[in-house]
Amino acid sequence: MPDFRPGRRVAIVAGLRTPFAKSGTVFRDVTATALARHAARELLVRSELDGREVDEVIFGQVVPSVRAPNVAREVSLLPQLLPSVPAYTLNRACASAAQAITNAADQIALGHADTILAGGVETLSDIPVLHSRRFSRILVEAGKAKSVGARVGALARTRPRDLVPVTPAVAEPSTGETMGQSAEKMAKENGISREAQDRYALMSHQRAAAATADGRLTAEIAPWFGGPDLDQIVTADNGIRSDTSLEALSELRPVFDRRYGTVTAGNASPLTDGASAVLLMSEEKAAALGHEPLAFIRSYAAAAVDPGWQLLMGPVYAVPRALERAGIVWAELGVVEIHEAFAAQVLSNVQAWGSAAWAERLGLAGPVGQVDWDCTNVMGGSIAVGHPFGATGARLVTTLANEMRRRDVQFGLVSICAQGGMGFALVLERD
Amino acid sequence: MSALTTTVEDGIAVVTFDLPGSPVNKLSDAVKVEFEALLIRLRDDAGIRATVLISGKPDSFIAGADIDEFTSLTTESAAERLSFEGQEMVNRVEALPKPVVAAINGACLGGGLELALACHYRIATDSPKTQLGLPEVQLGLIPGAGGCQRLPRLIGARAALDLILTGKSVRGAKALRLGLVDELVPRSILKATAVAAADRLARQGAARRQPVGGIRAYVLDRTATGRRMVYRAAEKQVRERTGGHYPAPLRALEAVRVGLEQGIAAGLAEEHRAFGELAVGDVSRKLVQIFFATTALKKDDGIAPGAAVPRQIRRLGVVGAGFMGAGIAGTAAANVEVDTRLKDADLARVGKGLKAADDIAADRLRRKRITRPQYERLRALLSGGEDYRGFGRADLVIEAVYEDLDLKRRVLNEVEAVTGPEAIFASNTSTIPIREIAAHAARPDRVLGMHFFSPVEKMPLLEVIPTEATAPESIVTAVRFGRRMGKTVIVVADQPGFWVNRILSPYLNEAAILLTEGVPIELIDRTMTAWGFPVGPIALLDQVGLDVAEKAAAVMHAAFGDRLRPPETIARLLADGRLGRKSGRGFYRYRDGHKAGVDQSVYRLLGVRRVEDADPALIERRLVHAMLNEAAAAVDDGVVRSPRDGDVGALFGIGFPAFRGGPLGLIDDLTPGRVVDVLRDLEDVHGARFAPAASLREMDAHGRRYYPA
Repeated sequence: MPDFRPGRRVAIVAGLRTPFAKSGTVFRDVTATALARHAARELLVRSELDGREVDEVIFGQVVPSVRAPNVAREVSLLPQLLPSVPAYTLNRACASAAQAITNAADQIALGHADTILAGGVETLSDIPVLHSRRFSRILVEAGKAKSVGARVGALARTRPRDLVPVTPAVAEPSTGETMGQSAEKMAKENGISREAQDRYALMSHQRAAAATADGRLTAEIAPWFGGPDLDQIVTADNGIRSDTSLEALSELRPVFDRRYGTVTAGNASPLTDGASAVLLMSEEKAAALGHEPLAFIRSYAAAAVDPGWQLLMGPVYAVPRALERAGIVWAELGVVEIHEAFAAQVLSNVQAWGSAAWAERLGLAGPVGQVDWDCTNVMGGSIAVGHPFGATGARLVTTLANEMRRRDVQFGLVSICAQGGMGFALVLERD
Repeated sequence: MSALTTTVEDGIAVVTFDLPGSPVNKLSDAVKVEFEALLIRLRDDAGIRATVLISGKPDSFIAGADIDEFTSLTTESAAERLSFEGQEMVNRVEALPKPVVAAINGACLGGGLELALACHYRIATDSPKTQLGLPEVQLGLIPGAGGCQRLPRLIGARAALDLILTGKSVRGAKALRLGLVDELVPRSILKATAVAAADRLARQGAARRQPVGGIRAYVLDRTATGRRMVYRAAEKQVRERTGGHYPAPLRALEAVRVGLEQGIAAGLAEEHRAFGELAVGDVSRKLVQIFFATTALKKDDGIAPGAAVPRQIRRLGVVGAGFMGAGIAGTAAANVEVDTRLKDADLARVGKGLKAADDIAADRLRRKRITRPQYERLRALLSGGEDYRGFGRADLVIEAVYEDLDLKRRVLNEVEAVTGPEAIFASNTSTIPIREIAAHAARPDRVLGMHFFSPVEKMPLLEVIPTEATAPESIVTAVRFGRRMGKTVIVVADQPGFWVNRILSPYLNEAAILLTEGVPIELIDRTMTAWGFPVGPIALLDQVGLDVAEKAAAVMHAAFGDRLRPPETIARLLADGRLGRKSGRGFYRYRDGHKAGVDQSVYRLLGVRRVEDADPALIERRLVHAMLNEAAAAVDDGVVRSPRDGDVGALFGIGFPAFRGGPLGLIDDLTPGRVVDVLRDLEDVHGARFAPAASLREMDAHGRRYYPA
């Protein structure tokens, strides 16, 4: 069993994000690069950090843009940073930004870097639409053709069905099951009722609305100047519905199983555009530059289950692993942030953590822990705020760190379920 | 030490021009002597098959003739001979039986381009520093070493006249499109490509050039009838642009025309004759003098040399996202490439300011002066917010908030509270004394004025205003930063109106007084544009904004008494809800921001009847002398450090006609005695505001001038 804190201690100095917006709304014409650069640049400016201090940039993105596949490099080429800062973009599905943060933490712990800008971005307004394989082959052949005749000959083989574009689906490549179908399956297997899901969604919206109104949530958002005249100013997430009710949610029709289903657009996270960023430093560097850290990284863990089983149960495995590495138990957690892909998934995860049967399955002496909703997802979650796949992890870490400081607690937990049956957990600590 | 080094390898001579002790290559007499000797060797040495001419400077091929040398010319015949000898030398290059290749990186201007034109092949680099052009008309001259002949023959009459008559230069890519150069290459392979081209030309001879452009180009450039149309259009354009005050462009046009229609020998003769006359003419002398003044000003940091070193500005803070603030932020980001944070009271104003600031770079993208990635970079330098976050790292903060002393003091205190102890605070006020703003400053040594003119990205002047307490480091930092923004910077005293608005004040007052006498608006404006100003005084008031103008006039009146008392003209227009161009209504009407004729109802509003027979000469005399007298008074008060600063300030700040030098140079030309006489006459008729400044009377009495004769 490794020590829970190998190497140097890593501080979370600050975090910031763009507003999260439902795909196809205010960021419809904005690139992922622009969103990521905005979050990163504003974070630098607000933390009054000299850009020359940044040693590396790591970003997460799940559906990369064809034109800028390494979005982290576009961020590290911000004029406020040195052009010599290396950068890479990674993909651990919905845990990508969290993975970017822990990769950064590892580099700092090892002494390879002192200051790293980590984050994530997603825009589903600008997903790549692909040609069919056959049509791509025809285009490549036509491009290589040495004569006009050969080119025309190649193109002449095109058939109408070749021109039907291929759009990426939110489905498991290994099983062909969509994310919604998986959530539907989990609701049924774990006995999560429609009403429980809708009540959960309502809580997410109400808490996010309250945190927006009192400024806790907007404090984590860098205003966006949109539109050709920069006069469309976005200061908050546009998916949060302060006016929704249980009645309104219960009237929505199930999407994935129209007959016996319980998962609706109302109790699932929406497709979202947005970017978020977190500034990490070694404890020594933060002290030297006069930054008071929000929190420190204590431990993290990833896990995975067979995607053909219950796709979004990965956190059930990842969380006890991270707690063990942190050397703490659930009861010591002062604040918890759980990524809400679906209400059915959150409630399934929570149920498993609290169950003795599951403890046995996990090889633990007792249940992982009982969730206390007074200190869990206190500003709402992805159902209300939105879920830009690559960016959510950094939002969760920022919100957790800020809330830990507000409540003055020692330990906090982030739990994220991800495509491919994966789970990711991260424990933060304060002195 | 010689300027030209020749190495020969495999029969190709590579001649490297590297003028010792100078950052740029210039064609001086000494260089020409060396070059003539070299030409003989290139011709006679059997071991040389071809030549490459290249520069040893990092970004200067040949910047042109040595201007110092021809200011020493005193007679027309000497100037004509200079041009003739240049033509002969260039002719000898062209006549060499072996090919010469010009390998061009950096400035290739004036005589440098004329030499390159005589070469048999030209290769330019794609570096942004590579600029090709014939800027002679900007000094009141014409290209006098065959440029008026070879350029139109190479790229056609229309394209050639566009370059010659305006003096503008083009980059490598445009030069290739025009056919001005044969190849465009990266700098790294310039020499190798040139050597290979020289070798190829020596073996195979020159390839036939394909004429550029289609049938339209054929008709306009290659038929006598087509060219006649081109000449007529060019002449019309020149007359409109110069108002007939600048003879050089018309003479250049004539040299081009004679050359194309009567043959190159006649053209060259016309060229050196015109050059001789222009070089010793008044206009060229004035323009050359201004050139030297601005060049000297570029090296003048406004402090005793070595008294302080400028601070590096890594982040600029701008408070106030209005028209001026946005202009300052956008110009700084685009020209200095500095990280710029814009602050205003609410996000809507910040967004509007960011948009206006961003437009400066966006405009360059539209004109293809920068690439999209370059634009994205500039755009990422601009950010903004409704609080002072991001100001903690600011090295310089410029405030451009509303002209209100208390507000500016508050902003200064707020900025001092959030910035580091070294940060410099500059106010963009046009009327409030800097020492008033700095009265409660925690660090008065870090406070000064940086007075930009509107619109910031276009207006070339910046007044830097230190107070008694301002540290030399703060001054030199502001001066250098302004210069990097692309401004010509003068350091002026902390007195009301500083320099530009001080000398403008009585001039604008006098225009308003003329109006109260019933002199028609268009007559006043037409008189002064005919005199050489880019816009007339009444149109200028509309442009500045009548509210702003009234406020400034009141400040000047309070500071200097009745001499600068404004008439009530502007107040009456303001009472009628007219703010000038920005509100669409002032003395003129405006449609979509463009002048749409004088608003005839103004006369009724002012209760005057139009006087149709006013004498333009009298209008001009009153307006000009009001300004000259105030300029002299301001010099007495020590507002500018030298006549040079004053004249450059007037030229760049208000568009004082360049061919007249500047207000102080003009007083010299008219003689102080004449100016005093006219002022006394005006005083008799119009009152004490025309009483001659003390220094003018003294200069007259002692036979002194502003500039050495």
